[in-house]
Amino acid sequence: MKYIDEFRDGDLARGLAAAIAREARAGRSYNLMEFCGGHTHAISRYGLKDLLPPNVNMIHGPGCPVCVLPIGRIDNAIELAARPGLVLCTYADTMRVPASKGLSLLKAKARGADVRMVYSSADAIRIAQENPDRDVVFFAIGFETTTPPTAVAILQARSLGLANFSVFCNHVLTPSAIANILESKEVREIGTVPLDGFIGPAHVSTVIGSQPYEYFAEEYRRPVVIAGFEPLDVMQAILMLVRQLNDGRAEVENEFTRAVVRDGNAKAKALVAEVFELRRSFEWRGLGEVPYSALRIKEAYRAFDAEVRYGIAYRSVPDNKACECGAILRGVKKPADCKVFGTVCTPENPIGSCMVSSEGACAAHYTYGRFKDVPVVVETHT
Amino acid sequence: MSNVREDYVRPVDFRHGRVDMTHGGGGRAMAQLVEELFLRTFDNEWLRQANDQAAFAVPAGRMVMATDSHVVSPLFFPGGDIGCLSVHGTINDVAMSGARPLYLAAGFVLEEGFPLAELKRIVESMAAASREAGVPVVTGDTKVVERGKGDGVFITTTGVGVVPEGVAISGDRACPGDRILVSGTIGDHGVAIMSLRENLTFETTIRSDTAALHGLVAAMVAAVPGIHCLRDPTRGGLATTLNELARQSGCGMVIAEAKIPVDPQVAAACEFLGLDPLYVANEGKLVAICAAEAAAGLLAAMRAHPLGRGAAIIGEVIADPHHFVQMETSFGGRRVVDWLTGEQLPRIC
Repeated sequence: MKYIDEFRDGDLARGLAAAIAREARAGRSYNLMEFCGGHTHAISRYGLKDLLPPNVNMIHGPGCPVCVLPIGRIDNAIELAARPGLVLCTYADTMRVPASKGLSLLKAKARGADVRMVYSSADAIRIAQENPDRDVVFFAIGFETTTPPTAVAILQARSLGLANFSVFCNHVLTPSAIANILESKEVREIGTVPLDGFIGPAHVSTVIGSQPYEYFAEEYRRPVVIAGFEPLDVMQAILMLVRQLNDGRAEVENEFTRAVVRDGNAKAKALVAEVFELRRSFEWRGLGEVPYSALRIKEAYRAFDAEVRYGIAYRSVPDNKACECGAILRGVKKPADCKVFGTVCTPENPIGSCMVSSEGACAAHYTYGRFKDVPVVVETHT
Repeated sequence: MSNVREDYVRPVDFRHGRVDMTHGGGGRAMAQLVEELFLRTFDNEWLRQANDQAAFAVPAGRMVMATDSHVVSPLFFPGGDIGCLSVHGTINDVAMSGARPLYLAAGFVLEEGFPLAELKRIVESMAAASREAGVPVVTGDTKVVERGKGDGVFITTTGVGVVPEGVAISGDRACPGDRILVSGTIGDHGVAIMSLRENLTFETTIRSDTAALHGLVAAMVAAVPGIHCLRDPTRGGLATTLNELARQSGCGMVIAEAKIPVDPQVAAACEFLGLDPLYVANEGKLVAICAAEAAAGLLAAMRAHPLGRGAAIIGEVIADPHHFVQMETSFGGRRVVDWLTGEQLPRIC
């Protein structure tokens, strides 16, 4: 596959691994957080940890869209879906996120709610057009990557005069989450969570550009390297971070030059600015209430705002006490540190949201890496 | 004197007609559908006897029996349809014991309102598949459910076969050191189906690999009678089949990503849908496990058969009390190839 295979070349990876091992200085450690679930997935799926020296540690960040969605928001969506005649459309992984009372959207569907999995916001528009006598709500989630398509859907609905379509907006913002982690007491009180640098988001940065990270690099003295989601991108970014740390630099560098420019995608940003505005505060799973970290639909488009139309009231619901998703999302704990990991909480029966999406730290470790927790003798001849 | 012919029955309207409740009601309409469609299309000596059961002599040896229900959506897809799929699926389940499939039974659940033209197309496809495979449908049943209580047509087929002397193939026989083979590219069927699902139509020339594998199995058994395990990686794909065999045999496995055959189009489609070809369904492929010293001979026998041309040795069985299936990634790392969780869902971003 063109443009894919080039970034999965095993020989190049070993070359990069050798360079990282050569340049990483003995006597110090390099604690790097990959913000995005896409990076977490690539690290686990390609076994990248095996290629890194022991003093380069990867910390999984909170950049998994379904992982950071609080229970209360899923409860809201389930209540919406239970309304007679209403069709709720959403992206696939969202359907499995555990909510209150042992429910999830998937279980609500089995009980008769009309919940449909869509690949794009345009599919939700089509469903609304095909079902003029039914209310269709698009349960919109995700970071800056999925926000412009939701803006387009709302603008389309307006130009089509689709009175039966609305959006339950739960879009969140990457920079505020990074700031929240850097401001957290675990990171500030030196020694609790060592955090030396960030692998910056890939797809998110195609929209917002690399400029928004400059503040973190400067203010918090932490280098950021924006990287693509292919395994070679991640390896290259780690090497770039090691070099910055060795040089005592804290800059924003862009490894993902084939898709990201400093100012991002002007058209997409304009669409988002037209339709959305900042929320004063939004609850994140793991991070709690984070000020100015999410978007809501502007007054001018309130006709398409499901929160207004159905009078959705948000109630915060605490996570299961045994679940460590919060600490894992902040990088304070690793999946295997959680008592319920792999016992009560499995991908088949997730207790916490990190076990839901393949981008979640727990699901990625369970699916691809858990064999490393137990000794296995392997001798092969093929 | 009346001009009306005594036994005159208006023929079933296979152009514009639709299934209605009378087609399952046990009356004349049902008898007529059975006669004009099922008996005529599947025509063979057992059906001609018009009994509620088929009687046949049992050959000497160990008999095997398998059943499989088919609920595929859409009913027609590139490379096949629910009809031929329902024949191939059961033949393959029987054949994975090393058996020669002999007879099939077919049960239809039809939804009220289903176009008879489509039903005819499906039944003709089944008959063609059964004829090509040399495995006749010798008995059957039809039921009709009210509109909204089915999805067009569901087909359950059951097959019986006989295992040749000296063949003992079973999912619990994999031993450390054994080699693991696949008969060709994986994921073709699942991607062909996905390409037609209403919310993700995309253009592709990928066709379902649906095929009856008993001919390939016969050639393999002739070359290596001591094959340990055979299984067709249908739902859940190669990953699920390997996990099943590892658990059943109480061992682990290591496969090499670079050796697993995947069509570039399937790989590309999986890439943009966020799927892993290891978990995508196949309907005309098999996994074989045999002793290391027999592997080269088995591979040659597979490659000599049209349905095994793309066969490859992809890994080996190891001792592992945790029964993990591991994969050496083409990247140099190693990871678990786990059971499928729920249905394979695409990733968001």
